[in-house]
Amino acid sequence: MSNILTCDALSKSFGSVVVADSISFSIEKGEAVGIIGPNGAGKTSLFNLITGTLQPTSGQVHFKAQDITPKNSATRCRAGIARSFQIPQPFAGMSVYENVLVAATHGASLKPQQAQATCIDALEQTGLLARVNDLAGSLTLLERKRLELTRALASNPSLLLLDEIAGGLTDKECQSLIETIQSIRATGVTIVWIEHVVHALLAVVERLIVLDFGKIIADGEPNTVINSQVVRENYMGIAADA
Amino acid sequence: MVWVNSILQGVLLGGLYALFAAGLSLIFGIMRLVNIAHGDLIVLAAFLGLVVTSSLDIHPLASLVVVVPAMALLGYLLQYLLLNRTMSDDILPPLLVTFGLSVILQNVMLETFSADPQKMNTGALDTASITVGALHIGVLPLLMFAVAIAVIAGLQWLFYHTAIGRAFRATSDNADIAQLMGLNKKHVFSLAMALSLAVVAIAGIFLGTKTSFDPSSGPARLIFGFEAVIIGGLGNLWGTLFGGIILGVAQGIGAQIHPGLQQLAGHLVFLILLAIRPNGLFPRVAH
Repeated sequence: MSNILTCDALSKSFGSVVVADSISFSIEKGEAVGIIGPNGAGKTSLFNLITGTLQPTSGQVHFKAQDITPKNSATRCRAGIARSFQIPQPFAGMSVYENVLVAATHGASLKPQQAQATCIDALEQTGLLARVNDLAGSLTLLERKRLELTRALASNPSLLLLDEIAGGLTDKECQSLIETIQSIRATGVTIVWIEHVVHALLAVVERLIVLDFGKIIADGEPNTVINSQVVRENYMGIAADA
Repeated sequence: MVWVNSILQGVLLGGLYALFAAGLSLIFGIMRLVNIAHGDLIVLAAFLGLVVTSSLDIHPLASLVVVVPAMALLGYLLQYLLLNRTMSDDILPPLLVTFGLSVILQNVMLETFSADPQKMNTGALDTASITVGALHIGVLPLLMFAVAIAVIAGLQWLFYHTAIGRAFRATSDNADIAQLMGLNKKHVFSLAMALSLAVVAIAGIFLGTKTSFDPSSGPARLIFGFEAVIIGGLGNLWGTLFGGIILGVAQGIGAQIHPGLQQLAGHLVFLILLAIRPNGLFPRVAH
């Protein structure tokens, strides 16, 4: 197995606020990794560093054995990195289909006919096919989350970053979302998933990374990590209900 | 009949105003950029048309073949090299830069072309008209109006039925998210400016064939453009055409009442509409 993503001593600070403190880890192709940590631990910032929305203060990001640190986020998307947002951000004035089509046309650089086929596949996979002609702004929360996922899929990613996609959903909705993500994983896409809903994570991931104050405090097999002393003190102590 | 005539002329003039306004509306819609140099760019396009027409000895309308791509290229470079550096959530920096650009353009044109008013001669087209009952309709104004409709219909089609149009709309909706969907916003913004100046080129050539122009004509065109955009509702292209027509008709009727009232009537109608419908007649649906 080869590494698809390597973060090498990645650091980012805003003045005296450190959101990433020399973060180093590698993710293998096809792996499904969960990231947990208290609010403000720097989880979303880590995603921003990987997608290129933020530039690191120091350190590098390697994707498919290439240093992508100087590349902008559009280039990184075309290279195969896609993400969904914690708060769904659809192009509200465009239809669901158009939202997905933008990702397929520009993110995956597909010709119109292929783009159409990719969109329909992605919409089918996420169960949004019935809403294709509706304005994205009219979707429910679950549907918006599904649209985030569909758009990310349509850009034909090899690495999919999910940011708290299960948050705010009912148990039933969450369960159907887990099934969708499992089916995406089955197609060979590498998944990195930030989530507070730990049981959702555990249904999919085979490795867990714990962040706290911009540092990795644990990394390994999920059950071992969750039961480790350092995680119980630093994370579970704060979010006892998780 | 004299009133019907002035209304009709006003409607046709509105087509030209819509052409002035379409490019403004387009870039404001896509990237929230208020281009104060828009009017001067229209005049620049007219001068460019004049140079091409006289040096190649061709019909002014044929010069569009050269002027449209030249202005589009200028637009791309202008946005890519200069204006992109000023773009942020704050709309003030690009506004100030285009204001400076406006001053520079006027002075460069004054230096290059002198202050003499110029006009492009369209030959037989200048005086050609068709007669409907007691009305005489100039072929050139009619052509201008038809082109305005074609340009707006074309832009509308582009926005809703092409990949680049979707890229414009996605970037307009949320540039940062569009960036994460593989769209480089700097490139998209530059394409939008190129498109805007392609429309400016058409507006400039028609301006130069309809009336005389000089290096200081730009700001007045900018005002007509702004008024048409705001009357119609920001970001709505068909609304912009309608805004142009309202402005043209108001001016036509004003001129009929008293020749000195032409411009004032247009501005008054604009002010009244601004007071009662500050978002314009057809604002783009807020979301």
